[in-house]
Amino acid sequence: MRAADFVRFAAASLAARRLRSGLTALGIAVGIAAVVVLTSIGEGVHHFVLAEFTQFGTTLVAINPGRTTTHGMSVGVFGTERPLTIQDAESLERLSYVEAVVPFVQGNAEVKAGNRRRRTFVYGAGAQMPKAFRMAVQTGSFLPADDPTAPRALAVLGSKLRRELFGRGNPLGRRITVGGSRYRVIGVMAPKGVVLGFDLDDTVYIPAARALALFNRNSLFEIDVMYRPGVKVERVVEGIRRTLVARHGREDFTITTQEQMLDVLGSVLDVLTFAVGAIGGISLLVGAIGIVTIMTIAVNERTAEIGLLRALGARRVQVLALFLGEAVVLAALGGLAGLALGLGLAQGLHAAFPGLPVHTPWRYVLLAESLAVVIGLAAGVLPARRAARLDPVAALRAE
Amino acid sequence: MISLQHIHRDFRVGDQIVHALDDVDLDIAAGEYVSVMGPSGSGKSTLLNLIGLLDRASAGRYLLEGEDVTVLDDDRQAWIRNRRIGFVFQAFHLVPRLTAAENVELPLLLAGVPPAERGKRAAAALRAMGLSDRAGHRPDQLSGGQRQRVAIARATVTEPAVLLADEPTGNLDQHAGQGVIEVLEALNARGITLIVVTHDSAIGGRARRRVRMLDGRIVADEAEADRAPA
Repeated sequence: MRAADFVRFAAASLAARRLRSGLTALGIAVGIAAVVVLTSIGEGVHHFVLAEFTQFGTTLVAINPGRTTTHGMSVGVFGTERPLTIQDAESLERLSYVEAVVPFVQGNAEVKAGNRRRRTFVYGAGAQMPKAFRMAVQTGSFLPADDPTAPRALAVLGSKLRRELFGRGNPLGRRITVGGSRYRVIGVMAPKGVVLGFDLDDTVYIPAARALALFNRNSLFEIDVMYRPGVKVERVVEGIRRTLVARHGREDFTITTQEQMLDVLGSVLDVLTFAVGAIGGISLLVGAIGIVTIMTIAVNERTAEIGLLRALGARRVQVLALFLGEAVVLAALGGLAGLALGLGLAQGLHAAFPGLPVHTPWRYVLLAESLAVVIGLAAGVLPARRAARLDPVAALRAE
Repeated sequence: MISLQHIHRDFRVGDQIVHALDDVDLDIAAGEYVSVMGPSGSGKSTLLNLIGLLDRASAGRYLLEGEDVTVLDDDRQAWIRNRRIGFVFQAFHLVPRLTAAENVELPLLLAGVPPAERGKRAAAALRAMGLSDRAGHRPDQLSGGQRQRVAIARATVTEPAVLLADEPTGNLDQHAGQGVIEVLEALNARGITLIVVTHDSAIGGRARRRVRMLDGRIVADEAEADRAPA
C-alpha cells in the first residue's frame, strides 16, 4: 500500500466523523498548548536569570577562602586555612592573561552625610572593579589605583545612595562617614538596578583594605579575576592555583569560574523548565486517553469494515498500520493546533505582561509536535492491535 | 482448480465440539458454476470461507490452482485473496464513507497499485456493471441492486480466478436479485469460476452443478452439463 493512499485513507476515516475527531484532537491540542506555554515561561525565566548574571561578563573567575570540596587528609585540617589577603590579590595581577583583579569585602554599615544617615551595603573593592564587572561611573571617578595596602579614604556612591544622602546636590568632594570613619566622595556610579535581590545602587564603595579594617576581618570574601577573552579558562584556573598555592603552601581556597556558575544555574533552571513542562504533560496524558477511547470505539464500530479489508487481501500489519495511522494523524493535527494555540497564548501573555519573560525555542516546538506523534502512536497501539487480531470471518459477521 | 481433500473444520462451542465440516471432498474445475445449498448450520458458509482463505481447516488438504494453500502463512494467504479470489457478501460490505469508485478501488489500493491505473480499472469494472454514472455516489445514495453490483465490480476489479458469493441476493428483492444473478452468470460465461452459496433453491437451481450440504457433509453433488444458463 502506498504511503500517500495510506494517509488519505486514515484522514478520510477521521473526516467522516468530524465532530468526534475534532474533539479528540482538541484534547491533544490543549495538552500541547499547555506544554508550549509553560515551557515558554520556564525558558523565559531561564534566559532572564542568565542575562542577569552575564551582564557582569563571562570571563570571570572567583576565588574564595577555604575548600568546599575536601579530599582525604585535608578533612582534619578544616579550620586552618589561611586568609585571602590583599597581597594575594596583588600577586594575581602578575599573570599575563589577567586583565583585572578585584579584592572584595562586603558588609553593612551606617553611612552619614551632614545630618542624613542611612544603613546600607558597603563594598570594599579595588580600582579595577568597574572594568571587571562592566560597571560605569556616572560622575567623577572610581577609586584610584592607590597602594592597595594603604589606600586613601575615598568613597564612591551608588546612584540611589547619592540621591538619599545629597538629593539633587553635587556630592563630589563632600565628606561622609562610613561606620564612623571619614571619607571623601569622588564619584557616583551609573544606575545598575536590582540584581537577584541586591540593590546595587544603594551602596557605597570604599577601598578593600579600609573595609577589612571597618569590619574587623583579616580575610577577603572573594577575589574576582577577569581574564582576557579567548584564553582557555583551564589555563587561567591553573595559573591562579599555582600562584596561590605557592603563597599559601597548599590549596586552601576554592576557585569558581563564571562558566561553572552559569552551568550550575543553567541546570537548575533546566529542571524548572522541565518541571513546568511536566505539569503541562498531565493534560497531554488526558488527551492521549481520549485517543485511546475514540480509537477503541472506532474499532468496535468498524469491525465489519476490518473483516472486509481482510477479505480483500489486507494483511494484519496493514490493518494495524491503518488504525495506528488514524491515531497518529489525529494526534499530529491536534498537536499542530496546540502549537498554534500555545504560541499565540505565549505571545499574548508577553504582550499583556511585558515584565513576564517568555521565550519559545524552536526545538521545543519541534519536540512538542514529535511528542504529539509519539503519543498518537502509543495511544493507537492497543486499539490497532485489537483490530489486526480480529478473526476475519467473525468480523464480517458483525453488522 | 479447487481441490478439497478430507477437510474438517471443528468449532468449540462451550464444552462441545461442533463439526462444521466433516470430511469434505470437493473438486471444482476452472470455469465451473457451482451452487452450494443447504439449511442454515449445514456448513455451507464455512465451506465458502475456507475456499476463500478466510478460515483454516482443522484437518485436510486444500489445493488452489495446484498449490497447497493450507500451509501458507497469513500474509501469503492475504496476497492470494487479493489477487485470485473475489468475494460477494449478502450484506454488500461497502465502506459507507467512500464513493462507489473508491469502494471498487479498495483491493487495488491495498495492493499498492498507482492511483491513475486504479482509476482506470475501477471505471472499467463499474462500466461492466452498467454503473458508470454512479461512480461518484456513496452507498447510501444507491439502491440495493446497485450496491451489490458495486460489490461485484470490487470483487472482479483484480480479475480473480474464483468468485465466491455468499447469499448474494439475500438482502435484495426478487427483481434486483434476478439482475445480480444475471450479472454473476455473465461473468461465469466469460470464464470466471463461480461458487454461489444460497438457501434459495430457485437461485441455486440455476447452477450447472449443485452441491447440497447437511450437517457438515456433502449429501448430493449433481451436474447437468446439458442445462444452459438462463
